Amino acid sequence: MQREGSIYTVIFTTILCGICSVLVASAAVGLKERQIMNKILDKQHKILLVAGLASPNERLSRGEIQNRYKQNIETKLVNFDTGEYELSIEPASFDPQKALKDPNLSKSAPPNNAGIVQMPKYGFIYLVKKGGKVEEVIIPIQGRGLWSMLYGFLALDEDLNTVKGIIFYEHGETPGLGGEIENPRWCQLWVGRKVYDENGNVKLSVIKGTAGPPDNDPYHVDGLSGATMTSRSVTNLIQFWLGDSAYGKFLKNKKQQGSL
Amino acid sequence: MAGPSSILGKKEREALIDPLFNNNPIAVQVLGICSALAVTTKLDKAIVMAIALTLVTGFSSLSISIIRNLVPTNVRIIIQLTIIASLVIIADQILKAFVPTISKQLSVYVGLIITNCIVMGRAEAYALQNPPLLSFLDGIGNGLGYSMILVIVGIIRELFGSGKILGYTILKPITEGGWYQPNGLMLMAPGALFIIAILIWLLRTWKPELQEKE
Repeated sequence: MQREGSIYTVIFTTILCGICSVLVASAAVGLKERQIMNKILDKQHKILLVAGLASPNERLSRGEIQNRYKQNIETKLVNFDTGEYELSIEPASFDPQKALKDPNLSKSAPPNNAGIVQMPKYGFIYLVKKGGKVEEVIIPIQGRGLWSMLYGFLALDEDLNTVKGIIFYEHGETPGLGGEIENPRWCQLWVGRKVYDENGNVKLSVIKGTAGPPDNDPYHVDGLSGATMTSRSVTNLIQFWLGDSAYGKFLKNKKQQGSL
Repeated sequence: MAGPSSILGKKEREALIDPLFNNNPIAVQVLGICSALAVTTKLDKAIVMAIALTLVTGFSSLSISIIRNLVPTNVRIIIQLTIIASLVIIADQILKAFVPTISKQLSVYVGLIITNCIVMGRAEAYALQNPPLLSFLDGIGNGLGYSMILVIVGIIRELFGSGKILGYTILKPITEGGWYQPNGLMLMAPGALFIIAILIWLLRTWKPELQEKE
């Protein structure tokens, strides 16, 4: 067959594409399980970090992460409308990303500055148990930053008002500027601050400049220098997710009931 | 260079060594600058990117060279792209599975190896005319030339931009209670442009034959 003929070209290209697709498909399928596992592990690791059950300098194996997570963390779903636990859905089967596309599981978010347009009707809450007693709760937070969506976790003490930790696990902000939201030193500044004022409004915010120690200045956190927009976004997303349209209702209910 | 006891012949050695200095893809051919600016803020990112690109260039040159006498010339660019794209996707999948944190930081740049002129350039300029072993070495050599620059730039940027090498603190920055004021320029793309320009200058001073005649 002639090398420059159309038939030869078509046959050659088809065979080559066939071989390439088999290679690509087998790599994707063969490694898929490991990749999903990595994502879950990364999230679990971040939850352990924010709960203070692991330290950033510690190198944990996969097994250790899973063990500690299993022993100390219980996952539940919160219904944002009722402000109670949602028991009709198994938490393991709920995927907030998929829920956004399902009109039965999501709704349009009230006007907010956090860049949230559509929100799920339910949200995860992670209960940190030490010796069988709930000592902290962890709330997933997310919102629009300057360049990207920020994803993180906020840990609250059992009084449901004092911050125990904050961590951001996914973002695309400028390294060294907005990217400093990952800096453990900055995250450390949040510990001991209060979220709600006496009237139950979210008062916690990131300010420009330096805030005092938590005892004197409980509602403010130091701004990140050179990252005013990212700092403001963090305030906005805290305001939204701890506000009444998201976890705020649930936290107030539980505070009144006096138990988790 | 190496004596007659070397496993590789003169031609093979040239294919492998030449791209390191005399024909460095970044410093002499000025290809692949985009990713060299983007992934060198930290050394670990630069190393992983360098390994990925070296392997992709090596194997794309190898496979293209193997089929070089069968490829219909009118669709050869598409054929090259198909092979390169498949290799890049495989590399990306492997990174996601085995070094998830770094793969996350590299984000789109692994995928963009497809459009990296080095890979395509070597396939078109070398692999289509030369036998498989030579092409493979040429691909690996060009990958190493790219890697060398990336690692140098990565070391300089990470050290002066955040005071660390591979995440270990060398110069303790003020933000962590030390004395070093990190240089913000190093964390931005222009910082890498300056470093690469200085490297090109040094290389041309060392090897004057690389300078264009007036």
